[in-house]
Amino acid sequence: MLSRTADHLYWMSRYLERAENLARLLDSLYRRSLLPHREASQAWRWRATLEALGVAEAYARQCGDLDPQRAFAFLATDRDHAGSIVSLLREARENARAVRGTITAEMWETLNTSYIDLRGAAERDRGEFLEWVKYRSHLSRGVTVGTMLRDEAFHFTRIGIYLERADFIPRLVLSHWRSEARGSDAASWSVLLRALSAFEVYRRVFRDSVTPRRVVELLLLQRDFPRSLRRCLSEVVTSLAAVRNEASAETERLAGALHADLQFGRMADHPDEAVPALLERIEQRVRTVALGVTDNFLVSAS
Amino acid sequence: MDAFNEMFATDGRPHAHCAGYAAWLGAQSPERLAHERAKADALFHRVGITFAVYGEAEGTERLIPFDIVPRIIAPAEWRLLAEGLRQRVRALNAFLGDIYGAQEILRAGVVPAEAVLCNSQYRPEMQGIAVAEGIYAHIAGIDVVRDGEGRFRVLEDNLRVPSGVSYMLENRKVMMRLFPDLFGEIPVAPVEHYPDVLLGNLRSVAPVGVTDPTVVVLTPGAYNSAYFEHAFLAQQMGVELVEGQDLFVRDLVVYMRTTRGPRRVDVIYRRIDDDFLDPLVFRADSTLGVPGLLSAYRAGRVTIANAIGTGVADDKSIYPYVPDMIRFYLGEAALIDNVDTYILRRPEDLAYTLANLGELVVKEVHGAGGYGMLIGPKATRAEIAEFRARIEANPAHYIAQPTLALSTCPTFVEEGLAPRHVDLRPFVLSGREVTIVPGGLTRVALREGSLVVNSSQGGGTKDTWVLEA
Repeated sequence: MLSRTADHLYWMSRYLERAENLARLLDSLYRRSLLPHREASQAWRWRATLEALGVAEAYARQCGDLDPQRAFAFLATDRDHAGSIVSLLREARENARAVRGTITAEMWETLNTSYIDLRGAAERDRGEFLEWVKYRSHLSRGVTVGTMLRDEAFHFTRIGIYLERADFIPRLVLSHWRSEARGSDAASWSVLLRALSAFEVYRRVFRDSVTPRRVVELLLLQRDFPRSLRRCLSEVVTSLAAVRNEASAETERLAGALHADLQFGRMADHPDEAVPALLERIEQRVRTVALGVTDNFLVSAS
Repeated sequence: MDAFNEMFATDGRPHAHCAGYAAWLGAQSPERLAHERAKADALFHRVGITFAVYGEAEGTERLIPFDIVPRIIAPAEWRLLAEGLRQRVRALNAFLGDIYGAQEILRAGVVPAEAVLCNSQYRPEMQGIAVAEGIYAHIAGIDVVRDGEGRFRVLEDNLRVPSGVSYMLENRKVMMRLFPDLFGEIPVAPVEHYPDVLLGNLRSVAPVGVTDPTVVVLTPGAYNSAYFEHAFLAQQMGVELVEGQDLFVRDLVVYMRTTRGPRRVDVIYRRIDDDFLDPLVFRADSTLGVPGLLSAYRAGRVTIANAIGTGVADDKSIYPYVPDMIRFYLGEAALIDNVDTYILRRPEDLAYTLANLGELVVKEVHGAGGYGMLIGPKATRAEIAEFRARIEANPAHYIAQPTLALSTCPTFVEEGLAPRHVDLRPFVLSGREVTIVPGGLTRVALREGSLVVNSSQGGGTKDTWVLEA
C-alpha cells in the first residue's frame, strides 16, 4: 500500500486511541477529585498529569496558573490546544478523510458522525462527555474489527492503536505513582483501575485487595488483559510481522525484545524505589519502536 | 416559448412513462415527503458527500442540495440519446487523434486551423504521440438540455476531467434507501456498475505489452472541491488513490511509493488539470504533479486518462464544429443537434449578435463554470454595454446562443412542489468499446426562473431514472 496511506491510517488510529486514553485519564482524575482530599493534593495531581502528558509548558503559556477547571478544558475541549480530545478527534477524522477510499464506508461514517456530533457532546457535563468519547472509540474500534479486510491497512491501524496504548500506560502509571507519593491509598488506585476498565479484571486475577505493586504488575505484565503493556507489545509484534519489509528487521527485533522482557519479567525484581526508573525505561523503548515504524514504512524512499 | 416539462404534458397529465411515479407521488403525505427530505440531508452529511467551497476557510465543506423528485427518461428516448452521444464522442476522439496527428480536418478547412493551433488548450507536446487504442477522452461528460419542443441538444462537451459521476451513484443509493417501495414498482435501469465499467475501460487502454495493469486515481488532495468523488471512485474500483507526491518516474517508468517499496503504475486516471501534471513541462510551480511524467507518457510506458490536451476539443470555440466533425470522420449526420450557435469570428454572426444582445446568451470561449457569460434577457443595460465592448474588442473569443427554454422538472422548494430548470450530464466511457451507463447527473437550478445549474451558483442535483422497456 502507499506509504502515505499507511501514515494516515497509523495516525488516524493513534489519535483515536489517544483521545480515548485521555478521556480515561480525565475520568480517573475527576473521580479522584470526588474522594475526600485536600486542595493541595488536587493541584499536585493536575500538575503531575500535565507533566506526564508533556504539556505542562504549553498549559502555562496558554492558561497561566494551574486551575483544575481550566486544566480540564485544556485537555478535553480546547480547540486551540492540538492535544485536547476535540482536537485529536478532529485530526483523526482528517486522517480518515485522506484515506476514506481505503477504510470501509462504515468506518468513515462512524468517524465522521463522531466529528459531526462532537460540538454538541463537548457542551454536555464532564462525565457524560468522557463517556461519549469512550463510547465513540469503542464504536470505531468495533467497526474496524467488524468490517475491515485483514490486510496491510488493517495491520497499520493495529500498530497505531497498540503503540499509542503502550506509550500511554507507563506514563499514566508513572504519573499516578508519583502523585500518590505514599503509594498506599487503595481507593485512589482503585479509581485508576476503573478508569482503565481494569477493576473487575484485577479482582479476577488477584482475588485480593488493591495494592500499588499489583496494579503495576497487572498493567505491565499481564498476558491477556487488552490494556496491559505486554498484551499491546504482543499485538505490535504480530502486526509488524504481517507488514514486514526489507527495512523493518531491526524494528521487529526491538519490539520482540521488549515483549520478551515483559513476558519473562516479574515484579519481584523491581523494588518500589526502582519502579519509576523501570517505567521510564519502558517508555523510552516504546518510543524507539514507534520511530522505527515511521522510518521503515511511513516515510517513503524512492 | 414555454419550457418542456419533464413530468407533465401541457394538459397537466403526466407523460405516459411518468404516470406510475406521478400516481405514487400524489398518494404520499406531505409529512412523509418532508421526513424523507430531512433524512436525505442527514444521509449526505453522514456519508460526507460534500464539496469544498473555494475562497472560504480551509476545510469548509458544504452539501450540494439534493432533490427527492427524480428526473425520468423513457426507454426509447434514452436509446436515441445514447446512440447520439456514442457517435459524438467517437467523432471527438477521432478529431483529437487527427489534430495531434496528420491534421487532415484543418487542411480540409472544416475547422479553422487557428481556432485549434492558437488555442491555449492545444498542447504541441502531444503531437505525434501514439495513445493506446487511439482514445484521448476516455471519460466524457456531455451536457445535454431540451429545447422548447422537448428535443435533446448538446450544450457542452466536457473532455478534460469531467466530474459529477459520484452524485449519479450516491443520489441513486440515497433514493433506494428512502423509497425502496418505489423501486419495486418502477423498472429503473441500474447505474451501480459504473465503477466496474470504468475500471474495465481503464484497463483496456493500458500501455502495449502490459497484461495485468495497475490503475491508480490521481487527485490533487483532500482539499480539492471534488475530493469526495476521487476517493469514492478509487474505493469503488479497488485501486489506490494517489497524490503527485506518491508517484515518481525512473527510467521512463512511473512508480508509486508503497510500504513494500516502489511499485509500477500503468494507467493513471488523473483528476488534475494538464497544467499541473508535470512541473518539468507545464507549470514549474506545480506541487501536485509528477516530474518526468510526460517523458514516460511520450515513451508509451504509461496511459494518462484523459489524455493531455483534450481541452482543445471541448472548448466553446470548437463546439460549433462538432456536427461537421461527425460528418467528416464518420460520414454520418449528427443524431443530436448542438444548440444553435453564432460564431462571432464570422462577420454576419457578429452583426446579428450585436443587434440582438438582449435576447442572446453570450459565452466566452475559454471560460468554465458559468462565470464568463452574459444572459441577455436577465442582464442590466450596463452589463450588456460592458459585454458589447468586450465582444467588439475580441469577437473570436465569444460565441452566442439563443436563450434556451431549458426543460423543467417538478422540484421541492420552499413553497412546495414547483417546476425548476434542469440539464443532464451522461458519462460516456471510451476504451476498446464505447459504453454509457443508463443515467447521468441531473442538475437543477433551484432559484425560480434561473437557468444556471452549476453547484457553485445555487444548483442542486436529482436522481436520473432511465426506465427499462
